Amino acid sequence: MRKIVLIALVLFTGLLFTARLFYLQVYDASPDSLSQNSAIKVMYDYPQRGYMFDRNMKLLVSNQPSYDVMVVPRDVKPLDTLEFCSLLKITKEEFIEILEKAKTYSPRLPSVVIPQLNKADYASLSEKMYKYEGFYIQRRSLREYQVDHSANVMGYIAEVNNAIIEKNPYYQMGELIGTAGVEKEYEDVLRGVKGVKYIQKDRFNRDIGPYKEGIFDTLPERGNDVQLTIDAVLQKYGEELMIHKRGGIVAIEPSTGEILALITAPSYDPSLLVGRDRSKNFTKLWYDTIGKPLYDRVLMGEYPPGSPFKTLTALIGLHEKAVDTLDKFYCYHGFRYGNRTLGCHNHPSPLAMVGGIANSCNAYFCNVYKRIIDKYPTPQEGIDAWRNDLMSFGLGDFLGYDLPSGKRGNIPTSKYYNKIHDFPAHNWSSLATISNAIGQGEVLLTPMQMANFTAAIANRGYYYTPHIIKNIVGPDTIPQKFKEKHYTTVEPENFKPVVEGMYQVYQRGTASSIQIPGIEICGKTGTAENFTKIDGKRVQLTDHSIFVAFAPKDNPKIAIAVFVENGYWGSRWAGRIAGLMIEKYLKGEITRTDMEKYVLEGSLEAEYAKPYSGQPFSINH
Amino acid sequence: MATGKSYVRFDWLIIFIYIALVAMGWINIYSASLNDAAKGFWDFDQIYARQFMFICFSVILIIFLLAIESKFYEKFASVFYIISLLSLLGLFVFGKNISGATSWYAFGSFSLQPSEFAKAATALALAKYVSDIQTDMKDLKNQIGAFIILALPALFIIPQPDPGSALIYAAFVFPLYREGLHGVYLLFGLFATILFVSTLAFGALWVAIGVLIIGGIIFYRNRKKRPNIIKYILIAATSIVFALSVSYIFNNVFEQRHRDRFNIVLGKEVDARGIGYNTHQSEIAIANGGWLGKGWTQGTQTKGNFVPEQHTDYIFSTVGEEWGFLGSMLVVLLFVGLILRIIFKAEKQKNQFGRVYGYSVAAILFLHFFVNIGMVTGIFPTVGIPLPFFSYGGSALWGFTILLFIFVKLDGANYHYS
Repeated sequence: MRKIVLIALVLFTGLLFTARLFYLQVYDASPDSLSQNSAIKVMYDYPQRGYMFDRNMKLLVSNQPSYDVMVVPRDVKPLDTLEFCSLLKITKEEFIEILEKAKTYSPRLPSVVIPQLNKADYASLSEKMYKYEGFYIQRRSLREYQVDHSANVMGYIAEVNNAIIEKNPYYQMGELIGTAGVEKEYEDVLRGVKGVKYIQKDRFNRDIGPYKEGIFDTLPERGNDVQLTIDAVLQKYGEELMIHKRGGIVAIEPSTGEILALITAPSYDPSLLVGRDRSKNFTKLWYDTIGKPLYDRVLMGEYPPGSPFKTLTALIGLHEKAVDTLDKFYCYHGFRYGNRTLGCHNHPSPLAMVGGIANSCNAYFCNVYKRIIDKYPTPQEGIDAWRNDLMSFGLGDFLGYDLPSGKRGNIPTSKYYNKIHDFPAHNWSSLATISNAIGQGEVLLTPMQMANFTAAIANRGYYYTPHIIKNIVGPDTIPQKFKEKHYTTVEPENFKPVVEGMYQVYQRGTASSIQIPGIEICGKTGTAENFTKIDGKRVQLTDHSIFVAFAPKDNPKIAIAVFVENGYWGSRWAGRIAGLMIEKYLKGEITRTDMEKYVLEGSLEAEYAKPYSGQPFSINH
Repeated sequence: MATGKSYVRFDWLIIFIYIALVAMGWINIYSASLNDAAKGFWDFDQIYARQFMFICFSVILIIFLLAIESKFYEKFASVFYIISLLSLLGLFVFGKNISGATSWYAFGSFSLQPSEFAKAATALALAKYVSDIQTDMKDLKNQIGAFIILALPALFIIPQPDPGSALIYAAFVFPLYREGLHGVYLLFGLFATILFVSTLAFGALWVAIGVLIIGGIIFYRNRKKRPNIIKYILIAATSIVFALSVSYIFNNVFEQRHRDRFNIVLGKEVDARGIGYNTHQSEIAIANGGWLGKGWTQGTQTKGNFVPEQHTDYIFSTVGEEWGFLGSMLVVLLFVGLILRIIFKAEKQKNQFGRVYGYSVAAILFLHFFVNIGMVTGIFPTVGIPLPFFSYGGSALWGFTILLFIFVKLDGANYHYS
């Protein structure tokens, strides 16, 4: 016993230390990664975000330096809160709240105290910064917009939130990420790669040189510039034309699928979302639930296309061999079926295809549509064949363009009609879906899809996926999918009469009032009925004004869709705007100054106030 | 007189472990004290360069220690003891105050800490006293005599103040026990320690309740043997009085810094920024090492000087960070091996003097090892004592070298008595 006690104690101590060391060093996996080590400071070096240019290499957006006040809560020492708050221009309560939030996020990772200081604030603060341990100023690069338009195209960048950080470890609190438009879609291209420096600190939190002589450090890589397909002049002009209207314009170059202009109205000045007032301005835009300036109507708005859709009915009728170009149909002030009539306006009758398009005869297209559907043994098969043809124009689904928002629109399926008509308990016929013939009923399209099918008509049978990227400067390439032709089911020769009809619309039909000397436009007006609910009652609002067009007739340079909400009828607003846009793009100047004056000075604000003012709506019959 | 053969009879395992520990110690001191201000290797402002010099001097010291006739240590044990007592007393007059403790004599840029040498002298004196033919450790008079021998230096060291170094004298209870001191002293010490710690952890009231309950259970179970109830009551009463006085001393006599040291280990007030800083940083550094460590001179916590006193008392945290679990375990194993080897060798001594001395060496090294690594890994309160052969400091290194190599010499000479 006397010989053993000390030996036993020594062995016991050895085991105790083994267990303790194992617990500390192996089992209790303590902070080991560089970023969590208290002796290592991680400094990020943010690269310049890539610039955006328009198709003519006009600079749209560049960068400006910005300064964020950051805090690492763990390193904060007692400070003169009052003085610091006055420098930061916040109240003590706000300061304490910000600090608590930062602590909750992480005591050792940096959080933002005040984002995006301007240069003057930065100057006065940077002198005194040394007094506030744990706080530092992080230089970042912020967007500087060279233009006051294209906000919906370019999108914006915003601070990352926790959800993003959890999903993508590249981002850290306070960093910026593209959250809309091109900024979001091409985030990886534009942002570059941030550089990182690991700095060895001593216990007084002083830097004592790079960690391991900097072998883990990386240099920032500048983001790539992007050249957009947007024509800045056309875009700006379009946005001016759309002031005091709601709706949008999409212009596409048919031979490439490049988006020349993408306008939603109302919009906003992109500079509003930069700097210290960003959050105030963003809140204002976000809560404008009437004008919805952040809502991209051309990509997100699903509208009944109205009469422009008739061109597709005609094309499918020819393709399905349901109708010949010379087949004439009578119009009895509308299309009569059963004891109902789908009304039409005054025009010559009977009409063949060209005349039908030029005069936008509802009866003509109802007959064609009926023949398409009835050509098949059952209306179900007819609807599905019709739908299949429409899908080949890029309708009823996301188009695949390179912007992060969009809607499918709606091209109804036979299943859908089976369901609403309770098939097979009740049969339904082509007549049950007759409104589809004229772009009403269940059919919904986004303005982008309207522009796309117009481009397909302009190309006589194919389209390229619309895209906003013209070139990524550096790799000098764009995705292959934007270089592939998508053929429609409709044969090229069948486009001839429809194009002719669209030309007649402009020459002597519903859009003859917008004629521009020297330009041959093929177009189609649309006047779409639309409804809303006011106090729970279904109310028909003033018709939408729609116009799709391409020009010139041969070798088209531009295909355009214009949508003006509650714009009375097709040629009144949309037609004029489309004409002006086409002239602006093809000629660079405006000869129809009367038309320009009408549009620029005209306003639909009173119309949009009607649901609230109780004024009667104007509906065409 | 020893012949030349005696050299080969030295225990090379002890010498090898000693060399390994000193070398590893220096390597870690180098890393812990490395900075940009060094003007070349031979800049004696640098801690690692000074330690290198101390090591070189140790080699000379070892040669002397081994060359001296082994009987000399036994004969002059009392002289060494008296000299060391005088040197401790002299501190009250001539001592130099370094960071709050008057434990040093200053000679130019060097200073000597007599308490580091007093351990060896006390061990010699105790060995001599106990091995005396007339001494019997079962005799209360002799027990008191032995107690006085080891209590005197401790008493002189406490007011320096250096309670850590004084604590080490508790190690001598092991050789005394080996030589016949009644086991009740060890049990008493153990019981007192348990009472002490549980009083601090749970408070005197709970300890009193616990003592009464446990005492009651033991009494009940032994009731058929007709136990002496008065004995039970006396033990229980003593325990409770002890707990109450511990509580009183802790709260009213101890200074806050002492209280804090215990509280940290007991996990009562974890204040990583304040008093717990040393232990906290040391644990972080060790944890940072993982399996294999960060590599020599690559420890981030070591480089950043986060662990205070890292080259002296906290040198083991450098081992932990830079050499990882495997390196730390190697050091632990070397210490365990060294201490066991000394005990093994002590048992083989033919004369009682050598055995008592050997046991004293083993016990002193063990207590240092236990208290120091226990402190650095956060399982023992902060008590500022060095890790033998490892920590920076000439006095400590020489003190331990003398302590160990006197035994190596005694052990080597042991074979010639046969």
